[in-house]
Amino acid sequence: MPLTQFVVRRLILLLPVLVGMSIVVFLLMRLVPGDPASVILGLRATPQGLAVIRDQLGLDLPITQQYLHWVGNLLQGDLGQDYRSNIPVTTLLADRLPVTIELTLLALVLALVIAIPLGVRAGVRQRGLADKGAMTLGLLGISIPDFWLGIMLILALSLGLGLFPSSGFVPLSDGLFANLRSLFLPALTLAVGLSAVLVRVTRAAVAEVQERDFVRFLQAKGLRQRAIVYRHVLRNAGIPIVTVIGLQFGYLLGGAVIVEEVFSLPGVGRLIVSSTLERNYPVVQAGMLVIALMFILVNLATDILYAVLNPKIRDAYR
Amino acid sequence: MTADAVQTGRSIGLLRRTYRRSPPAIIGGGLLLVLAVAAVAAPWLTPYAPETMDFNAPLAGPSASHPFGTDNFGRDVLSRVLHGYRVSLAVAIGSVAMALVVAIPLGLVAGYYQRWLDNVIMRPMDVIMAFPAIVLVVAMAGFFGQGLVLMMLALAIVYVPIIVRVMRGAALGVAGELFVEGARARGASDLRIMVRHVLPNAITPVFVQASVLMGIAILLEAALSFIGLGVEPPTPSLGLMLAEGRSFMGRAPWLVIAPGLAIVLAVLGFNLLGNGLPALSGPRRGR
Repeated sequence: MPLTQFVVRRLILLLPVLVGMSIVVFLLMRLVPGDPASVILGLRATPQGLAVIRDQLGLDLPITQQYLHWVGNLLQGDLGQDYRSNIPVTTLLADRLPVTIELTLLALVLALVIAIPLGVRAGVRQRGLADKGAMTLGLLGISIPDFWLGIMLILALSLGLGLFPSSGFVPLSDGLFANLRSLFLPALTLAVGLSAVLVRVTRAAVAEVQERDFVRFLQAKGLRQRAIVYRHVLRNAGIPIVTVIGLQFGYLLGGAVIVEEVFSLPGVGRLIVSSTLERNYPVVQAGMLVIALMFILVNLATDILYAVLNPKIRDAYR
Repeated sequence: MTADAVQTGRSIGLLRRTYRRSPPAIIGGGLLLVLAVAAVAAPWLTPYAPETMDFNAPLAGPSASHPFGTDNFGRDVLSRVLHGYRVSLAVAIGSVAMALVVAIPLGLVAGYYQRWLDNVIMRPMDVIMAFPAIVLVVAMAGFFGQGLVLMMLALAIVYVPIIVRVMRGAALGVAGELFVEGARARGASDLRIMVRHVLPNAITPVFVQASVLMGIAILLEAALSFIGLGVEPPTPSLGLMLAEGRSFMGRAPWLVIAPGLAIVLAVLGFNLLGNGLPALSGPRRGR
């Protein structure tokens, strides 16, 4: 199957999930105990206010019509308004999204820098020192809560040694160095959990490829070990590693919710948490949609990359 | 030798053989056992109640009378950590148990019958799994309210699709085996085949997943309480202790170190147990 056809099929398969997602997010709002309008207004509720909100949400219409109305607005880029400030939710998200994206990408890069060399070394020489390090990281990394790791890093590197700011975000426009410095600890916090998973997968994949005949052949040919590992073994071990990165991206997005809170970063995650705490439902709904959408798109990109690396997989979608 | 001694000798022998087959399972299980006993026996292990304040000793460092120090209200940190474990373990066990009850039948049916039933069951699962767990749990806490039971329910909802997928995959593999074919030839009903033949041979990966999910439940409970959407004060929860201790961590680092290490130990226990389980369930399934 040609690649374009594969991508189209994969996109069509995505549609039901997107519809399902929107139903879940829509229903959450309608299943809130009590009348959504009075929940939204809370103590500020006046009869007129309630009527306005009911009308806005179309609460008097049948639920299917309410849903279609909501999705219609969604498709036109109207995610509703922040009930506190009346700022359109899209504006809020546009401000916050770049921070979350930069944070997660930085964390991904850090995780790769930590996990790939360690995993490769552990896979090539099993039971060696690197292998023990990899196994320890693989177990501890998934057992340490990221928010606690963040607090410990602040305690040691910010309060203790004064190397990094303990909280806050410096935008890129104020200089690359200051920007990266403000994001380094949060990104490292996020990266540890991901690198724990990556190091295990890399180790296993490299160990498996290492056993194949072509590696023996290259060794017999007299190629240097380094060249064999990085030019041939890693390329063949790449597919499972890429897959896991895609699957684990959701972990990064979820982790960002908490880590942004710990380091007071103005990202989407912190927006979701603060809006949830003040029951600002339209913002929570929009934040959920955006995070889930990013997650789905990354998985789509992973699948496509996977199909590029391994053409055989395309036929599974026939 | 008395009968009791023989019995003890046998138990130790069994323990030693199990350890040889799977060290992580025994280390993890043992660790969890110690933590669970400490959580239950908390009132006898420390003379202080978790809520008792002592204004003469706020932010006291670790000492013989307070091994983990005291917090800003002079409450004993060790006692709060041990009582916090009660909440952690309750959430871990409660959420996973609820999820298992729903997910095992669904996964079994999806994997056994396949075709359209498989689709009807699995497509909604895909939708739930499209959200990162923490996002869904945070949102549910916001929409439906906080508290121990609601938190367990929210986690259970997040866990159902994960367990269904594992159960379905394992059932799918077993359903094609010859002995299932044989049972069908003997005229056994579908229900009987599923419960008597497929389930016992496909359950190990589900238990492995359940153990890992209990560890994750402890992480999620702590995270949720940390950001103020979990259990409410003054209930001692490890995540809540971290949140409260943060303001004082410059002067009293034990306030954030002790609860954090406590979380790590419990999660480590579940992860080790999960890693070690496959090796115990027969050589065929050892990975």
